[in-house]
Amino acid sequence: MGLNTNVAKLLEGQNQDAILKQNDLPKSNFFTTQIDTVVNMIRANSIWPMTFGLACCAIEMMQAYTSRYDLDRLGSMPRPSPRQADLIIVAGTLTNKMAPAYRRVYDQMAEPRYVISMGSCANSGGYYSYSYSVVRGCDKITPVDVYVPGCPPTAEALLYGLFQLQKKIKRTGKLWR
Amino acid sequence: MPSYYIPSEKKSQQQEELLAALQAKFADSLVESAIVSGEVAITIKKESVLAVFKELRDNAKFLFKQLMDIVAIDYPERDERFEVVYLLLSLDNNLRLRVKINIAEEFIVDSLSSIYSNSDWLEREVYDMFGIYFGEHKDLRRILTDFGFEGSPLRKDFPLSGFVEVEFNEELQRVVYKPVELNQAYREFTSENPWMGEAQVDTFNYLNKKAKAD
Repeated sequence: MGLNTNVAKLLEGQNQDAILKQNDLPKSNFFTTQIDTVVNMIRANSIWPMTFGLACCAIEMMQAYTSRYDLDRLGSMPRPSPRQADLIIVAGTLTNKMAPAYRRVYDQMAEPRYVISMGSCANSGGYYSYSYSVVRGCDKITPVDVYVPGCPPTAEALLYGLFQLQKKIKRTGKLWR
Repeated sequence: MPSYYIPSEKKSQQQEELLAALQAKFADSLVESAIVSGEVAITIKKESVLAVFKELRDNAKFLFKQLMDIVAIDYPERDERFEVVYLLLSLDNNLRLRVKINIAEEFIVDSLSSIYSNSDWLEREVYDMFGIYFGEHKDLRRILTDFGFEGSPLRKDFPLSGFVEVEFNEELQRVVYKPVELNQAYREFTSENPWMGEAQVDTFNYLNKKAKAD
């Protein structure tokens, strides 16, 4: 996001000062930017995650929502419905029995949608990789944007994962695709 | 066998009394009875389940009104391969009791649902994991494993990784089952040398034994 893009091309000096003065918001009342940039900024700062706690990772996810780490300040509010959600945090062990339900929830989400795979179990099956009942990574069921490692990852780790997703949205997001 | 839990003197006296009462009451249905690791454990005849549990719940000496859990253990080397263990609690007498039966694979155990209503789900779980049947059970179906799951996962002859795994199929646009496929075979790690695989552990043990013999 930027103000008048001519600023970068000008050398320091009186001319630049003049332009900067023009961009003084209270006085000039407008600034120019790209629509994609604005839309990405809005999307990145209002990621509404679907609540999808499957196992112990959900405890750390809940920690991240509460006042100490406070995902609300990133505009992240957990939604109980996939129709309202932009992001699904797969927090915990994804079992064979849950896999079709998970895919259905993912399919019900509106574009643009993102997936954070949280913890070893969701990343690769982890501890249960050789089990008869666990999916070996939730990327076998849906595409994944960010993998957060750990068993379980701390709330800080999930927060960092969310920052990475924000970066990704700002970098690659498009209004029309 | 070491005793991890050492009950107080009063408690062990109570347990002795319980054991004596059980031995007197169920003389003809008891197979084995003892205090193991500070807990009263009895083995009863598999046919006498209903009669024994009714007595254990209602008799004023016992009053085991709560069925805490039903579990099973698989011993493939035994003739009667399964051991079903019932864990009971008597709040009135502040006592716990472990009741066991030994059964063969095809034996149908009497369901406790007429005596303890919570035995419904507990028996379903044992049925799910071991394939042990409970007669007179109203709704004996799988409780935890996947819909349409085949096999009894906690039996010792069930392969660790099972037979099927799930995957999303792009063409069919749904989650499908396929035969299990592992990128890396399961390896048993030992505390002595965590980098050795199963085959190497045998060599390791062999060398160890040889070194000791020499």
